Amino acid sequence: PVPLQDQTVRDEKGRYKRFHGAFSGGFSAGYFNTVGSKEGWTPSTFVSSRQNRADKSVLGPEDFMDEEDLSEFGIAPKAIVTTDDFASKTKDRIREKARQLAAAAAPIPGATLLDDLITPAKLSVGFELLRKMGWKEGQGVGPRVKRKPRRQKPDPGVKIYGCALPPGGSEGSEDEDDDYLPNNVTFAPKDVMPVDFTPKDNVHGLAYKGLDPRQALFGRPGEHLNLFGGAPEGTSHLLEDVGLSKGRKLGISGQAFGVGALEDEDDDIYATETLSKYDTVLKDEEPGDGLYGWTAPKQYKSQKEPERDLRYVGKILEGFSLASKPLSSKKIYPPPQLPRDYRPVHYFRPMVAATSQNAHLLQVLSESSGKAGQDPGTHSRHQLNASKRGELLGEMPVQGSATSVLEFLSQKDRERIKETKQATDLKAAQAKARSLAQMASSSRAQASTPDLSSSSWHLAMGSGAATTRASNFKPFAKDPEKQRRYEEFLVLMKKGQKDALERCLDPGMTEWERSREREEFARAAQLYVASHSTLSSRFTHAKEEEDSDQVEVPRDQENDVSDKQSAVKMKMFGKLTRDTFEWHPDKLLCKRFNVPDPYPGSTVVGLPRVKRDKYSVFNFLTIPEPAPPPTAPAPSENPQHPGSDKSRKPSRWDTSKQEKKEDSISEFLSQARSKVGPPRQEPSTSGNKEKEQAPEPGPDKVWDEGVDTQADGEGSRPSMDLFKAIFAGSSDEKSSSSEEEQEDSEDSQEHTEEAMFSGRDTATPSISAGRMKLIHCCFSPAEPEPCEPAVPFPIQKVQIDEREEFGPRLPPVFCPNTRQKLETPQKEKPKKSKEKHKTKKEHRRKKEKKKKHKKHKHKSRQKTKKPERSSSSESSDSSDSGSEEGGSADLSPQELLRRLKCLPLRRQ
Amino acid sequence: MAFPEPKPRAPELPQKRLKTLDCGQGAVRAVRFNVDGNYCLTCGSDKTLKLWNPLRGTLLRTYSGHGYEVLDAAGSFDNSHLCSGGGDKTVVLWDVATGQVVRKFRGHAGKVNTVQFNEEATVILSGSIDSSIRCWDCRSRKPEPVQTLDEARDGISSVKVSDHEILAGSVDGRVRRYDLRMGQVFSDYVGSPITCTCFSQDGQCTLISSLDSTLRLLDKDTGELLGEYVGHKNQKYKLDCCLSERDTHVVSCSEDGKVFFWDLVEGALVLALSVGSSVVQSLAYHPTESCLLTAMGVSIQYWREETYEAEGGAG
Repeated sequence: PVPLQDQTVRDEKGRYKRFHGAFSGGFSAGYFNTVGSKEGWTPSTFVSSRQNRADKSVLGPEDFMDEEDLSEFGIAPKAIVTTDDFASKTKDRIREKARQLAAAAAPIPGATLLDDLITPAKLSVGFELLRKMGWKEGQGVGPRVKRKPRRQKPDPGVKIYGCALPPGGSEGSEDEDDDYLPNNVTFAPKDVMPVDFTPKDNVHGLAYKGLDPRQALFGRPGEHLNLFGGAPEGTSHLLEDVGLSKGRKLGISGQAFGVGALEDEDDDIYATETLSKYDTVLKDEEPGDGLYGWTAPKQYKSQKEPERDLRYVGKILEGFSLASKPLSSKKIYPPPQLPRDYRPVHYFRPMVAATSQNAHLLQVLSESSGKAGQDPGTHSRHQLNASKRGELLGEMPVQGSATSVLEFLSQKDRERIKETKQATDLKAAQAKARSLAQMASSSRAQASTPDLSSSSWHLAMGSGAATTRASNFKPFAKDPEKQRRYEEFLVLMKKGQKDALERCLDPGMTEWERSREREEFARAAQLYVASHSTLSSRFTHAKEEEDSDQVEVPRDQENDVSDKQSAVKMKMFGKLTRDTFEWHPDKLLCKRFNVPDPYPGSTVVGLPRVKRDKYSVFNFLTIPEPAPPPTAPAPSENPQHPGSDKSRKPSRWDTSKQEKKEDSISEFLSQARSKVGPPRQEPSTSGNKEKEQAPEPGPDKVWDEGVDTQADGEGSRPSMDLFKAIFAGSSDEKSSSSEEEQEDSEDSQEHTEEAMFSGRDTATPSISAGRMKLIHCCFSPAEPEPCEPAVPFPIQKVQIDEREEFGPRLPPVFCPNTRQKLETPQKEKPKKSKEKHKTKKEHRRKKEKKKKHKKHKHKSRQKTKKPERSSSSESSDSSDSGSEEGGSADLSPQELLRRLKCLPLRRQ
Repeated sequence: MAFPEPKPRAPELPQKRLKTLDCGQGAVRAVRFNVDGNYCLTCGSDKTLKLWNPLRGTLLRTYSGHGYEVLDAAGSFDNSHLCSGGGDKTVVLWDVATGQVVRKFRGHAGKVNTVQFNEEATVILSGSIDSSIRCWDCRSRKPEPVQTLDEARDGISSVKVSDHEILAGSVDGRVRRYDLRMGQVFSDYVGSPITCTCFSQDGQCTLISSLDSTLRLLDKDTGELLGEYVGHKNQKYKLDCCLSERDTHVVSCSEDGKVFFWDLVEGALVLALSVGSSVVQSLAYHPTESCLLTAMGVSIQYWREETYEAEGGAG
């Protein structure tokens, strides 16, 4: 029967497997552990034997085998493999080990020993053949040699590199030991251990072997396990080891199966304490101390070769041997010492052509340089030109074609030119030589360490920016004197002086100190540059600055209103009045409109925006406006003041009012005089309205001024106290002046102030009464107190928050032609007692005041962005309130008079 | 001898007052026809929006839900939805049949002066005195507008929509036309605050009324002035203007209680229809017929041409 250890199954990749397959004794025999097959009870190959009785096929065992049995690692592999008979002795090591373990763990430990002794003849054919030829195990293969091979000791004289023949077997050294070896005795050649060519396919260290279970389990106390050792003794010692451990407890010893995660590993409670474990004498720490444990390198245990231990740590790998003598360290020769007065300068000696004139000079030069100047004849032929070569060859110069201008000159002129040329050449050469000498002397010191300092020099020079900030970088802070010199050096370097180093060094220093410091400085400068640049390369500028000085503004702005206004005046609509901008609709909007996206790739929505300086003057700059014409143009034709409208860019609603200003006032006056105003569309309120219109333009104008001066008044805003004082003043007179007016004043207080602070309160005569009073309570009332138009809130109106209205208003709800209609409760409300209404209003006002303040804040914030917008709301506010005011019944004659009084003021 | 071609009948102007409806919702801020001109919407200052059959004079439904007066309304192309905007700064999408608020779009910082549906009623465009036009998506549930057009420097008084254009008049005196196809905005400077803008029926011109009591007809593409119409009075209020059903006449409200008709080509005043003594605040022209709705005070008036005889007999 097959021994147990041979009963292994492997899958198609050669891995050991649990038993499967019918013939390998597995559990999953058949088809899903059934007797059937995939096709059911009758396999597909079934053919009734009635018809095919003749060809009765003989079924072999393979016919009943599974596929895996037929695969490479099955019991009947189809592929051609070396059978055990022909395979070499190197058996499956795992199987071997399994067998050994089985033997060790067997109930009778030595039982398998017998199996090993009585090994079935499983030697390969090769072995058998060799044996038949007289080979025995342990011998080498080959012809027998005469004498015992010499000890393999490297010949000190002859170095053998590479794959040299082992010295044994060589015939040359035959004579040495001949005397005591009989001549006729021959020896088998020594067995050669084949080099193990197993590729290393794990990630362990070189020659690591893993924990030998044998040692780990049966390890003797006090003996270190050695993962790296044991290769040579390897498996061949296995039996011996097992034999040694015979008396011991076998199997898993010491502890129960493993150690839990929560428990400490027990000491070996069965271990016996021996005194030998303790030191009895004081001595140096043994090399095999706790530092290494059982992974200690081998030489700590075997101290045979202490000399080697010092140099080499770890096991010597197979195929390597320790060098017998240490490598001689590379000797470094210092550069030759230069003589003290050596100047590494090469003077370029001027080349002087040997002519009759300068023969003397040539001679002097040659004497000084120690060699005679070359005469032209000895020039190499590459330096000759064609004519010279021809001259040398004895050719006649070609007369016809003069190639040089010189040839057209007369002999005299040519001579003169030559002279001057030579003179300038000489001068240039001398100057050059001088400058070179200077340079060389300045950088003389660097000659000693040429590679370092010169390169660093260039680096340091190359980055001038670094030196600017070098003041913060103090590499020599410990030595203030040195730091000072360093800074001086940097400053000089920044100036571009090449001898900076030389200059800033301490003259009292020795040469050695100097050169060292030079080096240090150069390195420090370089280091600073390097660190600076590396830092800057790692950081990037913030994409979005939180408090940047830039704001995003639309790229295209509708500007130059003045041009457009004149164009409108001339009715030249078209190009003059049209602005065309790029505008990016939202993708979704395009989708909803069923329109293809005009800018498919763009992420911009709306007008393209650009960044501008937040505090740039240009943001506030409007087009220089022409002075408003002294007389208003005819309202029907041109209803606008070109100038006034421009300053508050948004063409205000008060354009119509401004034009109204003039004629309404006259109308008003005539009405007032005749006392019978011709009724307008709204008989009940028309008279009022016109009256209201008279004082109303005042605020507008003031506001205009305010806007005008806003740009320059921006910088010098008055302090908060002033505002407070003004606001406090305004609240005092709330009861006296009309609510609407108050609103106005509140709205435009700021602007009034601004107008005044900018010293442009020329419009004050026309300022409306309420505001005038405001101003007066803050400042000396130099001007005559104008009347206050105490205009009550129009009672006819439904409670629409008219102050919120911007732009064209909506007509009042109450209409005279629907008088027959019953009053709606909304209209009735205001008809109730005026007191109540007023108090209510007051209440509301308070609330709204808060709101207003908020609004103001908001507006003032906005102002920088679009001042015209806020102005629009302000002015329209005021215009609304002004024109909405009605209720002539509440006008006391006194007030009417006062108002009349102040009216002419406006006209002046 | 061929007969001379029959002259096309001169368009008759609606000057016969057929009906006067007292809407009973305070001042009528706007009156609008629906898409086919059979019904009309009135925006009242008592926070309601009402749907009428103007011919019969019957109130069909009242839509209440605004928090302040309703300033403008529009109907969708399929008559299934209405949108309105008002002083409560919201834009409301209504379901016509149930009268329920479908959606309320909040985001404007001021009164919403004007609202419009786009052609397919997928987007509501609203112009507000906060000087922005907001495009609200009716399809998604997003509370934010799809896009905000805030190029105007002052309040938006009028917004009109064609299939790919948004025409907006602003108080800053400019008319801006956002062309979605070309990805451009054309800004025409008029100078005076714009009260109303509208496209002509052929989509070639824009009619612009401004507070200088002038209506201007501009070429849409070049911005050139094609005609100027004066005579009415519009200096204070936000009044409507429109073109007649076949672009033959320019119609405008006036503050003196009349509706003015000008010949479009000649620019001559054809008719000054006296409506009342107050301001004619809003008007709407029937999309196909010679039929006019005007709003004055608390009532609306229904005008037809002289030759018109009521078919339904509904007096």
